Amino acid sequence: MKTFWQRFLGNPRVIIGVGWLTVVLIVALFANFLAPRDPFSIVASPFIRPSSAYWLGTDSLGRDVVAGLMHGARTTLLIAVFATLVAVAFGTLIGAVAGYYGGLIDDVLMRITEFFQTIPSFLFAIVLIAVLSPSAMNLVIAISVVSWPPITRVVRAEVLSVKSREFVQAAVVAGQRDSAILLTQVLPNTLSPLIVTGSLLVATAILVESALSFLGLGAPNQMSWGFMIGAGRSFLRDAWWLVTVPGIAILLTVLAINLVGEGLNDALNPRLADL
Amino acid sequence: MSAGVLAIEGLTVSLPAWSDRKHAVSNVSLDIGTREILCIVGESGSGKSIMGKAILGLLPKPHVRATGGRIMFEDRDLLGVADDEMRKLRGGRIAMIFQEPMTALNPLMKVGRQIDEVLEVHTDLKSEERKARVRELVDNVRLPDPERIINSYPHQLSGGQRQRIVIAMALALEPALIIADEPTTALDVTTQAQILHLMKELQRAHGTSILFITHDFGVVAEIADRVAVMRHGEIVEAGSADHVLRSPQADYTKALIAAVPGLKPRLKDTEAARPLLVVRDLEKTYVTAGGFGGTARRVTAVNNVSLELGRQSSLALVGESGSGKSTLARCIIGLETPEGGEILIDGERISGLTSNQLRPYRRHIQMIFQDPFASLNPRQRVGDIISLGPMIQGVSREQAVADARELLSLVGLKPEAADRYPHEFSGGQRQRIGIARALAVKPKLIVADEPVSALDVSVQKQVLELLNDLRRKFGLSMLFITHDLRVAATVCEDIAIMQRGEIVEHGATAKIFENPEHPYTRSLLDAVPGKEWINALT
Repeated sequence: MKTFWQRFLGNPRVIIGVGWLTVVLIVALFANFLAPRDPFSIVASPFIRPSSAYWLGTDSLGRDVVAGLMHGARTTLLIAVFATLVAVAFGTLIGAVAGYYGGLIDDVLMRITEFFQTIPSFLFAIVLIAVLSPSAMNLVIAISVVSWPPITRVVRAEVLSVKSREFVQAAVVAGQRDSAILLTQVLPNTLSPLIVTGSLLVATAILVESALSFLGLGAPNQMSWGFMIGAGRSFLRDAWWLVTVPGIAILLTVLAINLVGEGLNDALNPRLADL
Repeated sequence: MSAGVLAIEGLTVSLPAWSDRKHAVSNVSLDIGTREILCIVGESGSGKSIMGKAILGLLPKPHVRATGGRIMFEDRDLLGVADDEMRKLRGGRIAMIFQEPMTALNPLMKVGRQIDEVLEVHTDLKSEERKARVRELVDNVRLPDPERIINSYPHQLSGGQRQRIVIAMALALEPALIIADEPTTALDVTTQAQILHLMKELQRAHGTSILFITHDFGVVAEIADRVAVMRHGEIVEAGSADHVLRSPQADYTKALIAAVPGLKPRLKDTEAARPLLVVRDLEKTYVTAGGFGGTARRVTAVNNVSLELGRQSSLALVGESGSGKSTLARCIIGLETPEGGEILIDGERISGLTSNQLRPYRRHIQMIFQDPFASLNPRQRVGDIISLGPMIQGVSREQAVADARELLSLVGLKPEAADRYPHEFSGGQRQRIGIARALAVKPKLIVADEPVSALDVSVQKQVLELLNDLRRKFGLSMLFITHDLRVAATVCEDIAIMQRGEIVEHGATAKIFENPEHPYTRSLLDAVPGKEWINALT
């Protein structure tokens, strides 16, 4: 049997995905260093086509698209990753409690989860931002509020199957407390599907963040990919690069995350991958 | 064996590159004569099931495939025939019976229609003729009330009835050969005895040959004409059943037969004074909610059960599936809450306590679980698994880990095993780890729920011997839950027989074996596969 890392990194699609994500990550981390000026500052005349001076051209106000792309990567990734972390933490807590205790607690928690799941998630996010006012913090809140239900369902299903296993009963017989059993016996065995769902959730979060920014509901004074597309959409016929470049950035990043997520799934469940 | 039905010549089946050995079956040659029952016996991993699948062309391709030899059936090499033709042979000239009848039947189709479908696909019979034939087949396999059975869905039948339906389907087209892969392993002993009897009778009546794959020498003794013993993909020994069972030649066969638990009842060493465990009038009922206002279903799993277990003695709870023996054990260990009655340990009442109140008593009573693969947390090191109990009871971490290492050597593993993860161990080794975990808190009573039923017979023997040694060394009492009277007799000096939630007979093993009073006890004793052969051995 190969180890997890051999299976994971031996997959060419994973390498492509990881490669692109590394590039985006480095750019996002060093945006201040690579493009030291404020991305909102006007650097040249408007609508300069991609050229040697401005690799990806300038926008309708004469702002550098490369600088926007780099700072946008930072905003988009930061919001998406934080929103996913919050959603995973909250979803895991609810799912674990519902699955482990069952009965009435399970019923109540799952009805609440279903309530959140039945609301069209994007509309719900728009309403939340409209109520809370647009800011980076509120974006994280809105995105995590609409994306925790699937995590809850995955964790609950896993906990249900793990808790009936004999090693959990052995811990009960040993006298371990419920909270300790949940943390040390049950949850570590639900990790693999959780990691896969969580990684794919980052991709969804990027899409939601971009869509909200596109509608002008993104974090104000912070460049993001969705905002760039929104600002450039009226000039699609005169300046194609304003929409296309950030659009491709979103496409590639979401695709890369999906490739990595599927690679994780194959590597964590080798039996399925072999068939 | 010139008039053989099937001739396997030098069959080799390769395994994929990542497996721990190259061939599942290597260079096996076997003949099955007409009207003959050939038993293939082997432990898990011997390649016996793979061979059965190879004959039927059911190998999980492309990773596992036959790479050498021939399987000659009616002048054709089965390894070479096209898929189309193979489909016609399967179910037609060669039929199969699997271990688990529930998965072999379509849950959404009435069983009569499923037998009918076999006839519809393979014959030109008209609807009326088929109907008569289905009726005849159901009659043939001795099912009561054929009309009702034909119009039932699989879940409405018992395990034994389902297996009879599968046998009826196998017989539908009068095949020349039936391949039966552990057909009675999932059944209760009494049902197993009936099915074995039925198979033998039908085989005589229809003149079919049967290739019978099993792990149980008792079953072999009941049914086989000839026996082939397999190990690591090779035939170790083959010959007539009498010959192999009574005077085995190969060392491996001798070891396997020696590992078959005998029917010699264990005798009491000492008479216990004050009982350690007392169970009085215990009641446990499961209520399944009938959703959407439907009526709730009540199942009485344990019905007014009382028993006593003395210090340093052992009691076997024997029963078939659904007898309530596991529920009783789970009530005693505190995994289920009984509705009525009481449980006392060392004179102190432990039933009705909350989990916090129960914690100090956990030290006295521990459990060994059935499935060695599910009972160890795959994400914890063996040392942590074993030291969990003592640490909860207040032992320091260093002390608990040191004790765990000592325990590991006591159960026959290396102390270094403490630093490894459960998946690095075999089933028997894992069960040893499970035993070490139960012993870690130095309990007075161990409840063992079918601790050896998932193990191969040779490993089973070693684990039972280990349990025996440890009992003596630690002065343990043991409540041993099993479906197997043979195992119960070798382990315990007292036996309680359970049926439908009640204890129908309770007493010294020797006495019950000699003079069973309850009719159910008698039928259980009669159903022990290979009884006469086992008695002749000892």
